[in-house]
Amino acid sequence: MMLDSFLIRAALAGLGVALAAAPLGCFVVWRRMAYFGDATAHASILGVALALSFDVSVFAGVLAVSLAMATTVSTLSGRGYAMDTLLGVLAHSALAFGLVAVSFLQGIRIDLMGYLFGDILAVGKPDLAMIWGGAAMVLALVAWRWSALLTATLNPDLAYASGIDPKREQMVLTLALALVVAVAIKVVGVLLIAAMLIVPAAAARPFARTPEVMAVMAAVIGGVSALGGLQAAFVFDTPTGPTIVCVAAVLFAVASLIDLIRRAVA
Amino acid sequence: MSRLIETRGLSVQLGSTEVLSGVDFHIDRGEIVTIVGPNGSGKSTLLRAIIGAVKPSAGQISRAPGLRIGYVPQRLHIDPTLPITVARFLGLPRRVSRARAAAALDKAGVPDLAERQMAGLSGGQFQRVLLARALLDKPDLLLLDEATQGLDQPGSAAFYRQIEEVRREMGCAVLMVSHELHVVMSASDRVVCLNGHVCCHGTPEIVASAPEYRALFGTGTQGALALYRHDHNHTHDAGCGHDHTHANENEAAQ
Repeated sequence: MMLDSFLIRAALAGLGVALAAAPLGCFVVWRRMAYFGDATAHASILGVALALSFDVSVFAGVLAVSLAMATTVSTLSGRGYAMDTLLGVLAHSALAFGLVAVSFLQGIRIDLMGYLFGDILAVGKPDLAMIWGGAAMVLALVAWRWSALLTATLNPDLAYASGIDPKREQMVLTLALALVVAVAIKVVGVLLIAAMLIVPAAAARPFARTPEVMAVMAAVIGGVSALGGLQAAFVFDTPTGPTIVCVAAVLFAVASLIDLIRRAVA
Repeated sequence: MSRLIETRGLSVQLGSTEVLSGVDFHIDRGEIVTIVGPNGSGKSTLLRAIIGAVKPSAGQISRAPGLRIGYVPQRLHIDPTLPITVARFLGLPRRVSRARAAAALDKAGVPDLAERQMAGLSGGQFQRVLLARALLDKPDLLLLDEATQGLDQPGSAAFYRQIEEVRREMGCAVLMVSHELHVVMSASDRVVCLNGHVCCHGTPEIVASAPEYRALFGTGTQGALALYRHDHNHTHDAGCGHDHTHANENEAAQ
């Protein structure tokens, strides 16, 4: 059967994450939430430690901790804290506490590198089901709220005047972000999840005239990065998660260069 | 005459400061009402309370059933990473047909902008697109929050002429907040002078001569009043209120 090949499973896992991350990544870019994504993703290593010590599924642990972190950050952001500093503190201390917590786990052989940088080649059929299930949920959530999310992103008062509660839309984004983190941890790992959100969206920007086109192009660029990265990792024998992000970064550089040349000519 | 909005004893608390206290205010169908007041007097907060963006800490706001509000915000910053055409912007949050979008742009005086990027518009074009969006639903009430901030004087005068035309055509009530007393007061049926509470209200002439209003705006009001009477021979003495505003506007536009 097709899914018996680990390479096919890896490719499908990468595509699933790229698809879910693309539209959400656009909102992360538009709303300047890059650090927010970082904090949420970094906190998830704490979720891994908790899940292993309480013997629940890693997915559930990561989802719970990411959601708690994302909610905390999004609540604080409404109260006029110096967000830049606060997010820097939260993102890195969450990672540090997570790493310390993992070191307490005695007797369990834990592949720390696998969680930090992902282990896409070890994706099994249950993982695949989880990744595509999560991705489908994220896509459905974002598609359902798309117009309201966009309006709230443009201006909160404009949203209120149209009968949309921007705080509710912020919660939708928060939930979707936690889901993406939980889904992506196996594929690119805690440290590089934010890259999968931001880099494809940023690469798509110069070629899009509407938000919808940007989201679709980000998905395509993310998908190409996942497949290209997998291929490159196989050829050069490099770690897969970081290679995927490298391919995305190269695509971003090419896109920026094309944009630069186009502007110079015009 | 039917009431569109009425507030009774409206108070709004932002953080630990009471921005509005005991505000009684109303606007009827077809009226043009202007809210004037110094910076920090709660003008924008009153508008935001009317659209439901801030919750009253006391008092109530009643709206006519089925009231349609078109809101033009004070300033709208679109992040440069967000690509969006004028046509797509008009279709948020509910998609509108090409024809309806074109009709709204036409009413707002910018018929040819549909395919342009929002980020590439001039200040005046941008405000007109915001106006077009507010007009899409054929509102009963148009809310304008310092809609001409960042426009130069001819630009803002043209914008207010457009508003008057829109009202003539659509018959909607207009509630606006502005610091450009001389421009907006001449077009208003009623003026409400706000400073945390309602200082005075009435026709432009009554408000302009009210001692409470003069206490707030000082000697500069003489200039404003002169302009209101279309007397252009007045002198702009130093410290004149609207002269100051004008200088700031030019800075903002550059």
